[in-house]
Amino acid sequence: MITQADIDQEIAAAARQPGGPQPRIDYPPYRSSILRHPHQPLQLIDPESVELWAPAFGHRDVADDEADLTIQHAGTPLGERMVVTGRVLDGDGRPVAHQLVEVWQANAAGRYRHQRDQHPAPHDPNFTGVGRCITDADGTYRFQTIKPGPYPWRNHLNAWRPAHIHFSIFGTDFTQRLVTQMYFPGDPLFAYDPIYQSITDPKSRDLLVAQYDHDLTTPEWNTGYRWDIVLTGSHRTPLETEDNA
Amino acid sequence: MSAVPGQTVGPFFHLGLEYPQMNELVPPAHPRAVRLHGRVTDGAGDPVPDAVIEIWQADPHGHVVRQPGSLRRDGWTFTGWGRAATDPDGNYQFATVEPGPTEPGRAPFIAVTVFARGLLDRLFTRAYLPDDAAALAADPLLAAVDAERRQTLIARRVDQGLVFDIRLQGAGETVFLTYPRLRDAWA
Repeated sequence: MITQADIDQEIAAAARQPGGPQPRIDYPPYRSSILRHPHQPLQLIDPESVELWAPAFGHRDVADDEADLTIQHAGTPLGERMVVTGRVLDGDGRPVAHQLVEVWQANAAGRYRHQRDQHPAPHDPNFTGVGRCITDADGTYRFQTIKPGPYPWRNHLNAWRPAHIHFSIFGTDFTQRLVTQMYFPGDPLFAYDPIYQSITDPKSRDLLVAQYDHDLTTPEWNTGYRWDIVLTGSHRTPLETEDNA
Repeated sequence: MSAVPGQTVGPFFHLGLEYPQMNELVPPAHPRAVRLHGRVTDGAGDPVPDAVIEIWQADPHGHVVRQPGSLRRDGWTFTGWGRAATDPDGNYQFATVEPGPTEPGRAPFIAVTVFARGLLDRLFTRAYLPDDAAALAADPLLAAVDAERRQTLIARRVDQGLVFDIRLQGAGETVFLTYPRLRDAWA
């Protein structure tokens, strides 16, 4: 059985090699990556017209109450009630407006509402852990939810994931598409987690950690976290707007 | 500004990403519907049962449509976008219509994004329609890749549909793409 100490050594070895800002898709400490990353280098290509646009989403797709994960059932979910908000920007600092943001997460006990999650932590009948919203004109998203718990997984003996929320984000170009995870500041599990550590550049890893924001914290109601999401730059020229396209 | 890194979609994506008719860009009974399907396999040739495939394409006239309604399908609006999860055998399928060339003489293709447990960041590729030999021969991407790998980018025509298999690694590995702004942001 592979122990945490074995994985720690592999993480340390990978950290000694110079790392880029993106995760290494070949990252053996995350065992599932071994057979699932391409060996060939990615082919560099200029995007064509369809790739210069992203699918459109609007209020026909998403209802306002889907951004509140705490009101999807008859009762109140257990755990630390919190707000997570931030802006989605492109690499040139422009807001990514009117685009779909989807989130999914474990409950406060660290269990997903999913048949294949057999971690013996309790389900919460009042929490599914799924939300959606459309960014506003300023690129802002906002979810009301419950802080997820850490949970074990079977990468190795005693493997635990830091608490996280999965985010799926669309940019204004197909090429900006991103699925990632938001983490919480100061999590003691960061150093042990081969998924988080797959980004070997510490500054880039920090970009996935939300900031606690006391101004978002509401008296007698919820804590607040802020996390801005920067996608890559749009390939479209700045002169070309959605209005004249 | 530095782009945030990707992270795996994880094994429990069905929870957050799945919704009814997500893989039906048109109803399967649509007179022009085609079944775009394929199998996702790993470096050992084994099926990947926990992948998500997304497609984004022009309409049959080659227009890039700008219509909402991908999440709440009304059965009429073509939005050009769909999502499918692989089944226990690694298979995915879409009901869609074939895209037209976005410019005369260009090779029509469906843009594809691949997510999976074990894949720390999404991959991009293209599924070209197989029919227009002249357009395929003139295509800049197909011309840029080695001849023996070119076929991985071209869908195979079968009865009532198109087959586009995705091999994440090894023999017959699919050609995956990156774009100049991605390279700059992540250099």
